[in-house]
Amino acid sequence: MSRQSEFLQATRDMLPLLVGAMPFGIIFGALAASAGLSAGQTLGMSLLVFAGSAQFIVISLLGTGAGAAVLLLTTLVVNLRHALYSATLQPFVRHLPARWRVPLAFWLTDEAFAVVQHRYAAADSSPYKHWYFLGAALAMYLNWQLCTLIGVLFGQSVPDLAAWGLDFAMLATFIGVVVPMLRNRPQVAAALVAGAVALACHGWPYKLGLLAAAASGIAVGLLLELHVARAEELA
Amino acid sequence: MSTWSLILAMAAITFAIRYSLFAFPHLRFPLLVRQGLHYVPSAVLSAIVIPGMFMPDGQHFALALDNAYLLAGLASILIAALTRHLLATIGGGLLIFFLLRGLLGQLPL
Repeated sequence: MSRQSEFLQATRDMLPLLVGAMPFGIIFGALAASAGLSAGQTLGMSLLVFAGSAQFIVISLLGTGAGAAVLLLTTLVVNLRHALYSATLQPFVRHLPARWRVPLAFWLTDEAFAVVQHRYAAADSSPYKHWYFLGAALAMYLNWQLCTLIGVLFGQSVPDLAAWGLDFAMLATFIGVVVPMLRNRPQVAAALVAGAVALACHGWPYKLGLLAAAASGIAVGLLLELHVARAEELA
Repeated sequence: MSTWSLILAMAAITFAIRYSLFAFPHLRFPLLVRQGLHYVPSAVLSAIVIPGMFMPDGQHFALALDNAYLLAGLASILIAALTRHLLATIGGGLLIFFLLRGLLGQLPL
């Protein structure tokens, strides 16, 4: 595929994920004002930080009067999962110059990661898969800015916006991404263990339970894979 | 700390994490690490989804029939397993979710 077709294919593949992220961005834009952020600061946070779950947690903590150290530590822990994404995609972007790697890293989100790792896993050896990465990343970025803006402009005119439960859109999106990946027992085990540990450790400070859950899921998946491989060798 | 300093600090932390491994293009991972990374999407996204279904408010366990997040989440898993279609999962899941919320009288109408 050419550069343009990789780029355009990515924006098409991102469409469902953009739909799923929309309510999240709009609610963020609407709720940030009640946490004391100005319209400029709300848009600035989306433009510069570009990390939905961290942005949400920070504005909810701001409302409780938490200190800067707690806010930044929470940002760090909530976003540490992106280091795993960075590691997963590193073998595919290592050949690119820094002028590519820096912006692609800045735009690395859950949603972009989901479609991009799928594209890199495809068997064809297209030399322009980083254009696919760029398309997915930019689509997500523009969508997030637009939704934040809509939330800032119109959020106050919809009463009880947060009470509708539009956040379910994100759950449905992630379910739609994960379930088709569960093609073998180690993958299923990784998902179940991660989910169970996340529930068990939800009370840990700074969202550390998320990290414990991810680490446990990965460890169990890997151990099971090694176990299956050894059983096949013996058979 | 002013709000703008907070935003800039959050931006710096977030970028540093995302760039962490992209910053070392010469680094090659051992086989065991590469195998382990195959489980990153399933593990991380499940660690977000499962608590979202069982604890919609983020605090309390809600293993109950009036928990639309749980019921519609299970329905979405079923749709995803049967169709393997992302948009169908999101659309079907949201439809079931709002039907349930409406039937349970949980919408702010």
